[in-house]
Amino acid sequence: MAETLLLVTELRKTFGALRATDGITLDVLAGETHAIIGPNGAGKTTLIAQLAGMLRPDSGRIRFAGEDITPLSAQARSRRGLARSFQITSIYRDFTALDNVALAVQAHAGHSFRFWRPAHEERALRQPAQAILNEVGLAARADVLAANLAHGEQRQLEVAMVLATGPRLLLLDEPVAGMGAEETQRMIEFLARLKGRQTMLLVEHDMDAVFSLADRISVLVYGRVIATGTPAEIRANADVRAAYLGEEVA
Amino acid sequence: MKRGTTLLIGTLLLFAAIPPIAGWLNEPFYLDLFRRVMIFAIAAASLNLILGYGGMVSFGHAAYLGVGGYAVGILAHYGIDNGYLQWAVAIGASAVVALAIGSISVRTSGIYFIMITLAFTQMLYYLGVSIEEFGGDDGLRLARRSQFGDLLDLANPTLFYYVVLAILVLVVFAIHRLVNSRFGMVIRAARSNEARTQAIGFSPYPYRLAAFVISGAICGLAGALLANHTSFLTPDFMHWTRSGEIMFMVILGGIATSAGPVLGASVLLLLEDLLSAWTVHWQIILGPFLVLVVLFARKGLAGLLARDERHG
Repeated sequence: MAETLLLVTELRKTFGALRATDGITLDVLAGETHAIIGPNGAGKTTLIAQLAGMLRPDSGRIRFAGEDITPLSAQARSRRGLARSFQITSIYRDFTALDNVALAVQAHAGHSFRFWRPAHEERALRQPAQAILNEVGLAARADVLAANLAHGEQRQLEVAMVLATGPRLLLLDEPVAGMGAEETQRMIEFLARLKGRQTMLLVEHDMDAVFSLADRISVLVYGRVIATGTPAEIRANADVRAAYLGEEVA
Repeated sequence: MKRGTTLLIGTLLLFAAIPPIAGWLNEPFYLDLFRRVMIFAIAAASLNLILGYGGMVSFGHAAYLGVGGYAVGILAHYGIDNGYLQWAVAIGASAVVALAIGSISVRTSGIYFIMITLAFTQMLYYLGVSIEEFGGDDGLRLARRSQFGDLLDLANPTLFYYVVLAILVLVVFAIHRLVNSRFGMVIRAARSNEARTQAIGFSPYPYRLAAFVISGAICGLAGALLANHTSFLTPDFMHWTRSGEIMFMVILGGIATSAGPVLGASVLLLLEDLLSAWTVHWQIILGPFLVLVVLFARKGLAGLLARDERHG
């Protein structure tokens, strides 16, 4: 049995009367690809925001690699190896693709109180950044301003930045949202190549993506996990069919 | 070479050629005018570091002109006219004041940042007005320019001119290195997308604060130069309209460009000089001109004249 990398216990978050996160307990094993699915408004993005440290839970614990990270800031969590991509693409639009990734490399290469040497000439930043761009299939676009990349390419760039931080756990918030069919296919193939080498927690609407990628799936409805299991188990689960998949099929 | 760089070097060469030209035309006034332009170019370059690259819209940069100027003036008032000491105190005191103002303002952004920097500068302005010992409202006369022994005699106007030019070149070059270093990439990244910058693991605050302090220190040096230039200081060094003027130089010249502050200071001060010689209502012409530049040239004059320039 693989070790538990992320353990969420009894996480709660309310916004006024809305219980966005209503006692979520969840675990992610090292090496697995764990998907979270659920209808709109189930609280998926709220959960990701709490895991990444951008939103503070009202109660509950988040343990990461054996350490309680509940009180830590987003930056501190990122430094411990928990990295996220945003549902709405978040990149440096006025920097080139390579600069974007090089910054992510830099963020994990010691302090940045280095005032004189041009960062563009530092092989220690540029080489790993270029290698990651090659890996996500953006090698030819390295010197293009991020704002001028196609939507799908921007999503790929964001994943490249997140990977460049060398995360132990990758939080992916709807990585194929808004993508065309071809771009979606390319992203799924990329994530499939990453699977096994990289522990991933994936929030996604695209059922094809989820069922082809995930080792385990947790189904979130109204801020609660109603089922966790392998794709086959989830398909067969009556509660899930009633609450969620039924709608999709119909 | 990038066109922005060409433009910058051309302008600096023009500055270098001013003393012989002024001598040839027998118009020493030009020496004075362009020395003033260069001093403000240093101040504008320092503001550009935080405003242009760091996205911190400081509406109080005149504070450091004042602190730097008064550091020189107050030391001179007590008979200390050693230039090394005066300028070191000007830079040091400005850095300390910037650290104090920055540690509060840099945590905020947008309109709050603007208002806090403005408020602190107004406090310093009224402090300057209220201290009678240093002339209060009437100002403080500088009996002698900063003394650098036998090495430099700032009483020589041409020599003083070239000292200011050398400092300007140094400041512009240093800021250029700074904004392209790892440090510079962090403050530019934080301006571009703060959430992303935190998500990849940076804490922007200490970097921003350091940039704020560096910017204040450089502007303090400009203040020391300005005090020597005018040989007279008043609290007006720190007036909020002065902060606005420096900000305008940056925006007019082109934010986040190396050439911008130098161009902006040149054009604004030269236009002001030209128009005010022509009519007392010169602001009626300058105002709309500035509005047009802001509306139609997003990267200011540097952007208009050198469209291919792009940092990063």
